Amino acid sequence: MADVNQKLIPMTEWGGGALPYSIGHKKLGMWLFLLSDSMTFSALLIGYSYVRVANVNWPRPFHIWPSITMATLMTLILLSSSLTMVMGVAASRRNDHSATIRYMLLTMLGGVGFILLHSNEWMGLIREGVRLWENPWGVPLFGATFFALTGLHMAHVASGVIYLGVIAAGVRSKRFGPEHVEISGLYWHFVDLVWMFIFPMVYLLSASRQ
Amino acid sequence: MSIENVHAGGNRLFVSVWVYLLILTAIEVILAYLQLFRTEVMMLILMVLSAIKAGLIIAYFMHLRFEKPSLILTILPAGMLVIALLFAFFPDSFRVLELRPQ
Repeated sequence: MADVNQKLIPMTEWGGGALPYSIGHKKLGMWLFLLSDSMTFSALLIGYSYVRVANVNWPRPFHIWPSITMATLMTLILLSSSLTMVMGVAASRRNDHSATIRYMLLTMLGGVGFILLHSNEWMGLIREGVRLWENPWGVPLFGATFFALTGLHMAHVASGVIYLGVIAAGVRSKRFGPEHVEISGLYWHFVDLVWMFIFPMVYLLSASRQ
Repeated sequence: MSIENVHAGGNRLFVSVWVYLLILTAIEVILAYLQLFRTEVMMLILMVLSAIKAGLIIAYFMHLRFEKPSLILTILPAGMLVIALLFAFFPDSFRVLELRPQ
């Protein structure tokens, strides 16, 4: 049947009979989801910048130690987990199941470490009296923007850890192949990418002046 | 370019991308520590550095550089356009600032 089709339909990209993007529908779906998710995060980041510009004396509560140092460590963890993920994708292409699972577990470990450090950061701020509607330094919107931005990102990291766990279990039971691993990798790298904007915008721009 | 070609010896490429990302992050943190610039200038510098980092992640980690041009042209311009359009409301924030009692 495939041979017949190849003779009848020219194998051009847009004429049918070929995948226009040379990728499967699942991967294209993930790319489109990430496109929409990037809009969600940019809306929040631009909203944060908007209220920051519109308010005088935006608080700069993050000291180099511990907040900025811990946030830098979290960036390092997230970047390294992206590296292990990419290694896992490469291993799954070589059909090396045990290496794939090992790298995915390392990636999940990075994600869990990130969540633990970030929760610690949150608890510290909450102890200092930061709430969604008030904080000790004036401008009440600081808490709302901070918790909304980092909270949505942390939710993405948490669901990413679960997603990777499901895919890793599937690789183990041979239900999922390299394509699934690669698609979960796309999601994980996107979570990393978003943090590359949240970290400078929220933390570095609010580093307290000595 | 076939997938096999990209991944043959690809781990070294990924490690070097990771090192570049760490260097860019280190520059950002050092700038925040030194506090040499006003907030506006600082934000501009940080956003340029972050855009480079995002580009590295998308191109190499997310593998987009090695995909077909049709996929790149579908995703990148659309994404950039919608994000740029979100800035349409931004000048309003300066007006809000001026409306505040000084």
